[in-house]
Amino acid sequence: MIAQHVVFWILAVGMAIAAIKVVTTNNVVHAALYLVAVLAGVAAQFLLLVAEFVAWVQVLIYIGTVVVLFLFGIMLTRAPMRGDENQSNSQRIGSAVVALLLLGLLGVLIVKAFPSGQEIVLDESLLAYSETGALATTFLRDYLIPFEVLGVLLTAALIGAVTIARRD
Amino acid sequence: MALNLFLMLGAFLFCTGAYGVLARKSGVLILMSIELMLNAVTINLVAFSAFTHAVTGLVFALFVIAIAAAEVGVGLAIVLIIYRNSRTPNFDQLDQLRG
Repeated sequence: MIAQHVVFWILAVGMAIAAIKVVTTNNVVHAALYLVAVLAGVAAQFLLLVAEFVAWVQVLIYIGTVVVLFLFGIMLTRAPMRGDENQSNSQRIGSAVVALLLLGLLGVLIVKAFPSGQEIVLDESLLAYSETGALATTFLRDYLIPFEVLGVLLTAALIGAVTIARRD
Repeated sequence: MALNLFLMLGAFLFCTGAYGVLARKSGVLILMSIELMLNAVTINLVAFSAFTHAVTGLVFALFVIAIAAAEVGVGLAIVLIIYRNSRTPNFDQLDQLRG
């Protein structure tokens, strides 16, 4: 249990720093690379929660695909890559107040609703629940229709993105 | 592991993303902040899945990840065409509708 706590806190602090850098750095490419750190941290937290399939999907889809898309977007919009241009707009202080209020509200709610006694027990039964075979059975039996709808959605998004971005 | 540790981490990531959406100029950076918020939601889903020993949370996490990928594709296409039409990637300069 102690080892898990140590790993959790190391990851959480690293993710928090990287997340703050994502929304504050003036260099757009650095923001994308800090985003990689956050996404990898999320994948590591999934491994900590014994959700290994979701963790590797996170690595493949987010780090492998989404970040590459972001880098393409940065290059295609000719965003300033040297980091000498301020990338935050004039409502920075108001946004910070809103975000801190939201964090305070969510923090109070979470601590009240889920006090520290409620533990995630990492034992054999959790391993049985979260193994990839059980996930696949649920995914392709109980959620087969949403799964198919998701395929249609991805096709629609693909065609939509090509249609929107096409030059003619 | 206490459940609320993971929930607090998710809440922190969500609020950071909300700040980014409100305070960033470039459309690409706004989409990155939206990704932060979506990841916060996924952490919550997986944490509750481990807490209740129900595999449904993992299924929903996979749905969120897939829909986020679709959203980024369409979102970047929109940012791209805004850039092509107005020659700026910054959303705070889009004031054609201002009276």
